[in-house]
Amino acid sequence: MTDILPFLKSLLSTPGLSGYEDSAADLIAARWAPLVHKISRGKLGSLHGLRHGSGKGPHPSVMIATHMDAIGLMVTGIVDGFLRITQVGGVDPRVLPGTLVTVYATRAGQRSIPGVVVLPPGRLLPPDIGINPVPLEYLFVDSGLPPQRVADQVNIGDIVSYAQSPLELSGETLAGHSLDNRASVAALTVCLEELHSRSHLWDVWAVATAQEEIGLSGAIGSTFELHPSLAIAVDVTFAKGPGASDWRTSPLGKGPTLCMGPNIHPALFKAVQSLADKLEIPYGLEYAPRHTGTDGFAIQVIAEGIPTLVMGIPLRYMHTPVEVVAMKDIQRAGRLLAEFVAGLQPDFMEKITWDN
Amino acid sequence: MPTIGNAQIKLLEKLCNASAVSGDEGQVRRIVLEELDGHAQDIRVDALGNVLAHCRGSGVKRLRVMLSAHMDEVGMMLVEDEGDGLFRFEIVGNIDVRQLPGKAVLVGKENLPGVIGARPIHLTTTEELKHNIPLEDLRIDIGPGGGKVKPGDRAVFATRFQRNGPVLIAKALDDRFGIATLLELVKNSLPNIDLLAAFTVQEEIGLRGAKVAAFTFEPDLGIAVDATPSYDLPDWEAEENISYNTKLGLGPAIYIGDSATLYDPRLVRWMADTSKASGIPCQFRQPGSGGTDAGAIHRSRAGIPSLTISVPHRYSHTAASVARLDDWKNTFALLHAALTRLTPTVLAAERA
Repeated sequence: MTDILPFLKSLLSTPGLSGYEDSAADLIAARWAPLVHKISRGKLGSLHGLRHGSGKGPHPSVMIATHMDAIGLMVTGIVDGFLRITQVGGVDPRVLPGTLVTVYATRAGQRSIPGVVVLPPGRLLPPDIGINPVPLEYLFVDSGLPPQRVADQVNIGDIVSYAQSPLELSGETLAGHSLDNRASVAALTVCLEELHSRSHLWDVWAVATAQEEIGLSGAIGSTFELHPSLAIAVDVTFAKGPGASDWRTSPLGKGPTLCMGPNIHPALFKAVQSLADKLEIPYGLEYAPRHTGTDGFAIQVIAEGIPTLVMGIPLRYMHTPVEVVAMKDIQRAGRLLAEFVAGLQPDFMEKITWDN
Repeated sequence: MPTIGNAQIKLLEKLCNASAVSGDEGQVRRIVLEELDGHAQDIRVDALGNVLAHCRGSGVKRLRVMLSAHMDEVGMMLVEDEGDGLFRFEIVGNIDVRQLPGKAVLVGKENLPGVIGARPIHLTTTEELKHNIPLEDLRIDIGPGGGKVKPGDRAVFATRFQRNGPVLIAKALDDRFGIATLLELVKNSLPNIDLLAAFTVQEEIGLRGAKVAAFTFEPDLGIAVDATPSYDLPDWEAEENISYNTKLGLGPAIYIGDSATLYDPRLVRWMADTSKASGIPCQFRQPGSGGTDAGAIHRSRAGIPSLTISVPHRYSHTAASVARLDDWKNTFALLHAALTRLTPTVLAAERA
């Protein structure tokens, strides 16, 4: 088994914001190329990698979907060289002040410009803000460049990503931006590597979906196009930690989670759970009484409907520039996925029946 | 003429990337001592940790000129170990609590990485979004099992120095600009003065290092070399921002008055006249709040005529300050030019 950390760190150093996933897709495609038989892009930008099942087909197929898009910011205006911004995906404006960012300027070629999110002093803001949180509409991004140079380079609509470089923390954990959901892309890559040295009867669609953060669009299009028999969405889930301790959270480093709820086919859930028990792969249980907040929500209702599983990788400080994940959880998620796929028998679809 | 070039920028980078929270300035002190080696007659570290370097001139009737730059920066101290790599912390110096969430930090003497996270937006209520995240809800997280750090250790923002053409982005430009400037002046010391260089501690928590350094040096005049905020951003509604303090790109900022010091008008004139005579640009910092080591220096002993000259920079006391290289170059050039023409007559003139 190769070390997935360098690949994950490279993924964290590229923007790939929702709708602008190409830079992430290129890195993933390069890594997957030797592990799959065919690679293509979906109509909305998702990356599709196909591994054929062994023996003569056609085979049933399982899709493993991990979104590759990242949250970030977008330029909405330029005032004296300072950039007004809006969000791409869900951002808490209270974590933005002082954050290092990269502006991908498109007016004069594609050029990355370092900048920082600015918290203007109270006297330059509406009087009722004072020392309270400053709404996103009053924050700026500043590159420090003279106004004319900014005007020459930056367009309205240019994307802005977090620039925090990945940091290895104690206990084999990694901090960085976009670990939501590049951590799951790494887990899927671990799965593909493991499958590469084994035989499996089913076809496997490894999919890095686009636009999850702004409405699951990539997963909707890709699922329809690939029409898998089964689907597994892997996404990060809330890890216990500062600011997060209730029933919605799972411990960091104690294995991936298996999610229960209406988005998940109960028999598929049971099959994966009993496999994890058998292999003694630690996992946590997660409960999603309504929407799982993942691609799984969209995938389940594509075409005639698709039996779907949602697997989670616990992550602290979601949607901040300093998300934290345990490398062990990524490895375990990858292994569990591979074991499940490798064990799929031709008649599995007939076995996942409904209890009444 | 000595100038700020690549070697000086490299040194600034090294200084900015070092950790030196007020009271724990060792990493910067080590660099300062290395750089001073062989460039001053007398170099010592005093009771508070200030580095004091004495460069004697050779001319007759030399003024004793104290130049002061502070080594310390704002930061954090770990105060409680909650287990599992999580630590409560307190702020050292003036940091707006709104600048903390979502930042990477470096902790302790070994610069171990950690992060200050925040509750996921998905779990945050609309009501919570109306309020700042209070300090007591924040933790420094160095990862589970991180046993190498302990309460009492200091933490700084983890930002690494970067240059983008004319722009510098770094933490602690306040006051590594001053430290790098002073080191360059010591290396090019002038025959017409006795240069008394104080690399001070604990400026950010009350000018404590400068107070004792000024007493020790007993100079004829004191100059604090610091970095001052530029609030030169657009106003949310007004046509013009008239409370900008200083502006990037206009050169070194000469102080006239702040909350700690009314600067000696003879020294202000001397510096402004030097700018006019040399063509090196400068700006007057808008009189107002704030303060520098001069606040302690001018009240030392029987009183010491004092001045402050600062490099303008944006977003002081945050993870990432922004400055222009030219403003630093001009700060060094103006200070060097002024010191070159400094004679006792400057202080013999009428005050106003």
